[in-house]
Amino acid sequence: MRKEFRDSINTALHNPNLTGALGRFSEAYRTSREKAYEGVDFEAVRTQIAERKGYAASHLDELAERFTQQAEARGAKVFRTDDPAKVREYILELAQQNGVKSVVKSKSMASEEIHLNPYLEKAGIEVRETDLGEWIVQLAKQTPSHMVMPAIHMTKEEVADVFSQEVEVGQTPDIPKLVKFARGKLRTRFLSAGMGVTGANIAVAETGSLVIITNEGNARLVTTLPKIHVAIVGIEKLMSEFADVVPVLTALPRSATAQLLTSYVSIISGPVPNTDGTPKQLHIILMDNRRTEMSQDPKFKQALQCIRCASCLNVCPVFRLVGGHVFGKIYTGGIGTILTAWFDALKSSDEIQGLCIQCGNCTQFCPGKIDIPGLILELRRRIAVEKGQTVAQKAIFSVVNNRRLFHSMLRTASLAQKPLAKDGFIRHLPFFLSDMTEFRSLPAIADVPLRDKFKANTQTAHKEKAAFYSGCLIDFAYPEMGEAVVKILNKAGIEVIFPEGQTCCGAPARFSGAYEVAAQNASDNINALLEQDVEYVISACPTCTVALKHDFISTFESLGQTDSLPGARALAAKVVDFSTLVKKLVDEGRLTFREGQQLGKVTYHDSCHLKRTLNVSQQPRELLTKAGFEISEMYEADMCCGMGGSYSLKLPEISAPILERKLKNIKETGAPLVVMDCPGCVMQIRGGLDKNGAEIKAEHTAQRLAEELE
Amino acid sequence: MTSIFDIFKLRAEAVSAEVQRFPHKKAALNFIVDYLKQAGVADSPQAYAVWADCPFLRGINRDQLSERVPGLSFEVTRERAADSKVGISQLDWAMANTGSLIQDAAPVDRRLVSTLPNIHIAIVETSRLLPDMTAVFSKIRPEQTNYISFITGPSRTADIERVLTIGVHGPEKLIIVFVDDMAGVN
Repeated sequence: MRKEFRDSINTALHNPNLTGALGRFSEAYRTSREKAYEGVDFEAVRTQIAERKGYAASHLDELAERFTQQAEARGAKVFRTDDPAKVREYILELAQQNGVKSVVKSKSMASEEIHLNPYLEKAGIEVRETDLGEWIVQLAKQTPSHMVMPAIHMTKEEVADVFSQEVEVGQTPDIPKLVKFARGKLRTRFLSAGMGVTGANIAVAETGSLVIITNEGNARLVTTLPKIHVAIVGIEKLMSEFADVVPVLTALPRSATAQLLTSYVSIISGPVPNTDGTPKQLHIILMDNRRTEMSQDPKFKQALQCIRCASCLNVCPVFRLVGGHVFGKIYTGGIGTILTAWFDALKSSDEIQGLCIQCGNCTQFCPGKIDIPGLILELRRRIAVEKGQTVAQKAIFSVVNNRRLFHSMLRTASLAQKPLAKDGFIRHLPFFLSDMTEFRSLPAIADVPLRDKFKANTQTAHKEKAAFYSGCLIDFAYPEMGEAVVKILNKAGIEVIFPEGQTCCGAPARFSGAYEVAAQNASDNINALLEQDVEYVISACPTCTVALKHDFISTFESLGQTDSLPGARALAAKVVDFSTLVKKLVDEGRLTFREGQQLGKVTYHDSCHLKRTLNVSQQPRELLTKAGFEISEMYEADMCCGMGGSYSLKLPEISAPILERKLKNIKETGAPLVVMDCPGCVMQIRGGLDKNGAEIKAEHTAQRLAEELE
Repeated sequence: MTSIFDIFKLRAEAVSAEVQRFPHKKAALNFIVDYLKQAGVADSPQAYAVWADCPFLRGINRDQLSERVPGLSFEVTRERAADSKVGISQLDWAMANTGSLIQDAAPVDRRLVSTLPNIHIAIVETSRLLPDMTAVFSKIRPEQTNYISFITGPSRTADIERVLTIGVHGPEKLIIVFVDDMAGVN
């Protein structure tokens, strides 16, 4: 990671205006968005959008042709190009031919993508952004920090200063006055401009229509007052039928700004008369800039389903801390990382892709049903392939890939840490490792790993057997979690075996883009686990469960290792997470909790991969309730705790404030106990609570339940 | 049971529009005339009112109306609209579940009166009230008109510190006038 990038992150994190505004917004967003969707079946709407936009992405060429025919038949001029330079030249030439001195623009990300403003200004043409946020950012000579709210990073004082310096002295930080001032100043521009430039939210092939939505009304003025209207449309905005507009128009305002509908929607299907009665010149530029190439990529095609609502920014635990400027380019946040890699260059996403903590929160909200974290992981993989791994990464993975070496190193570490460890925690690490223990204590490595405890195990033999997949954390840091699982399953009449050949699940390698390493881990584990004649393969770590159930398959698929797929699928069919299996056993009456217990308040933290990949969230809550606990839900229970595997080591400065927010939400419930299904979350949250000196206990669900069973 | 009109009113008011309903044209016209006078419409720049041609005006003597309200004009030019305080137009449809109005806005006067003045009075026939977007999309015909406008409340922004502020580039007030019976008035 370059120092400049790290510095930009730290600048953002230490800008209280930015983190304050974004933090408050993201909290308000979820509630108001939910209210806006009342009475609307979001899943149905987004399924429709994904289907219709997905169709369009597979038929871009055909739709572009149909759109061109329709729009030209109605009197528009359509210019289609894949080259951003040609877009700029076309607009400049048009302006010069018509003696245009000044241009007014309503918001267009496509025009920002091709840096249109500086190009026209260099040629002596004045360009005015008219969206208030865009205008502020333009005057301040900055770039938008958010796709929907470009100036969210600025305070009213800063806006007043910018207006005073750049437009007219004496502006005061009074928001209604500032807005009125902008209205007055921009009004004269609207009336005098020779050309209006807009983007479009949708372009309908069937009718040659452009759909443009705004709240301020600037697009209506831009398309009404100047005699020339130029619309710059990325071809991913094409949709086939006029009826396709409905689902997008249903979701976009609700997801973007929590409105039922924006103040204005304009559907332009051809030139309209100017105010002097002459017909308006309507030029529509269908811009490709690698979108067709993207549509031909089996993985990234789905990114064209984006409707630019920015909800992936609004619900992202990282974005709300760092804002948009650290992304360095005009598209920001999760989807922005993906778009930058394509519309700019893959290498431009090298650093920013590392900001994604892979919590998957955005996937619940995306109206285009885009697997944003999955695509970011794919970027990571492609970058790793292009660049190769660093020496340090290679060294680490060669260890992880050598099971015996890896395990013996961990054992050595358990001895080496002795002077640092105290009551199960490491609270301070020396030198460059100190970042890791600055905001949370780390667990000490267990004296006896779980795999060795199994050797001494004296379980009663049962016919029904389950293989336990421990994962590194349970094996070496928290063997007691594994023992709890064994205890519970034994009670249900299931014998648990520990296949010795199991090794790291490969998630660390996969999350670093090192798919070859992950594939090797996958093969080793498949061999070890399928060797056993067992009913279930159970894991008490959701990240491992996801690896076993889904990622092995997708890693092999990505690498084209089809021979390995049958084994991966056979394993996946047996894999089950702890809470799902135990809930089933309780429902079948094979496990019962002690009668009539009143165990008091507990709060439950949803681990990212459990909730969003395995879709498990009710099972552990029901189990805890049955055991006699009263669940006191915390705010944002399913928001990431900031662990993210090695993320907390790579970007501790981001991991720490995410954890801080989680701890605050836990404390506010007043529960003396927080329970979760993931040993990684336990490590993060327990370590944070310890560092905080809080009296709250953090436990794995397995450990808590093992105590309460009959 | 909540009527479709009640839903519209609730939704439109939630986005800061004002909703009125009259049984016939005469009552609506009286309301509009009184409103224009109270708003200070007068025969001087920045105080004019402009009224775009529409079915509501059929059977109404425009000269007499201009005499009743000095400054009110039916000749909608960009200069006149830019100098007007109030713009009046009739819209084709209303959409209840979002409190929106929909219009064939290809004739430029319809857009001028609803963008440039501070106040927009929007007339709509009560029978043109539809429940939702699906119903509206079955009525509007992009193949027949080059500009269709949806208007939902007055112009707004939250671009400075996310504080909702009404009236940026478009009207800061939207008065919606429903008329049950569009016939009559001379």
